[in-house]
Amino acid sequence: MNHVTEEQLILHYYGEEGDTLAVEAHLDECEECRARYGGYQRVLNVVDSLPLPERSPEYEAELWGRISPQLGRTGRRFSWPVIFAWRWAIAGVAVAGLMMAAFFAGRFLPQNRTTTAKAVIQAADPKAPQRVLLVAIGDYLERSQMVLVELANANPTAPLDISTERERAADLVSENRLYRQTAEHIGDTAVSNVLEELDRVLLEIAHSPSELSPEQAEQLRERFKSEGILFKIRVLGSNVRNQEGTDARL
Amino acid sequence: MELTDRAFVARARSGDADAFRVLVERHGRALFRLAFRMTGNEQDAEDVVQESFLRAYRQLAKFDERASFGTWLYRIAANCSLDLVRARKRRGGAATPAMVAGAGEGDRSEIDLVMTNLASTEPSPEREALSTEVRDRVADAMNDLSATERTAFVLRHFEGMCIEEVSRVLDCQPGAAKHSVFRAVQKLRRALEPLVSTAR
Repeated sequence: MNHVTEEQLILHYYGEEGDTLAVEAHLDECEECRARYGGYQRVLNVVDSLPLPERSPEYEAELWGRISPQLGRTGRRFSWPVIFAWRWAIAGVAVAGLMMAAFFAGRFLPQNRTTTAKAVIQAADPKAPQRVLLVAIGDYLERSQMVLVELANANPTAPLDISTERERAADLVSENRLYRQTAEHIGDTAVSNVLEELDRVLLEIAHSPSELSPEQAEQLRERFKSEGILFKIRVLGSNVRNQEGTDARL
Repeated sequence: MELTDRAFVARARSGDADAFRVLVERHGRALFRLAFRMTGNEQDAEDVVQESFLRAYRQLAKFDERASFGTWLYRIAANCSLDLVRARKRRGGAATPAMVAGAGEGDRSEIDLVMTNLASTEPSPEREALSTEVRDRVADAMNDLSATERTAFVLRHFEGMCIEEVSRVLDCQPGAAKHSVFRAVQKLRRALEPLVSTAR
């Protein structure tokens, strides 16, 4: 037998099916392979040394205490990606609020006060709305891209359960409108155009059946490809990151 | 005779919250273990556990009764953890890549010192600190894995799932799951071998 491959050694370590007897026989005879195998064993033993935090004996009751109040709620419950992104969502809302405040100030304040208010806003930071929007959109684009990439990379030969992706797409659609309106308010047409295209794709996912046949999944993937939506998101995301980097250096 | 998960799933589907409580109690600890191995952070793991059960509850109607509830739940938790790990990596929140992977001569002498001290059986504050350092390096090496590699490795190595089960949780072909495990083990070996070779 030739030397055992790395893959065979790893399979052997885990006792996965394979030519176990032949591998064992070879390890008995070959010092070199035995040394390599020993290397894997030692590394994986060290990995086992990672501690696991203890849970109290009442853990199950505590866990149920946290979960049960949320089971009866109707409508959408929060989910951890939302927790993770809450600050960006708030930033988006803040921008929208700023836009509305500026709009009503322009409508109702006397001319000289309007001029003063505008001057104060611009003097404070004329690019603040764009920057806050970019920060909020960067995170949003990454989450949208994740949904599309997961669908694009799914097994093309088997039926596809997209119930989770549908839910995430529906959440993203709600956010999309806020960002798009904000982008339109501040005149950023490049961002608003990409968001509009993304909105259509996300809506399609949100309204798809929860399980897609391989043909339906392929149609959906073809749709992404023909619109080049993933590419556009990546380009926009890259611009946003560059902008964030520039701002961070300033 | 203890009722199976299937029986409790059926009752939970018909609105019996106590039946769902039994499922939470049966699987909560295992899910925490998985989530902690995946995220490496206690609070993140708790968030993943909670979110996984809530998602499972919302999707109970779609659960295929012929499948294993545990595997299905693991799949949900693994996806929640994956999302979180990916999001954290994008924000640069993960620990720095394993220092050991690029260890130079200076690092090697430090590793020698670490391993010499660890070889001692005498408990001391220094030994505990060094033990913590080794654990930190293992954690760094784990953080250096891609999200999919980490999931596949955790399921295979810590949870003892066979490749077939790992592929079901990851929703991919067994070959892809197998290669994720291979890549993970090889990366860990590259990162940690200098550490373990000095202990021989």
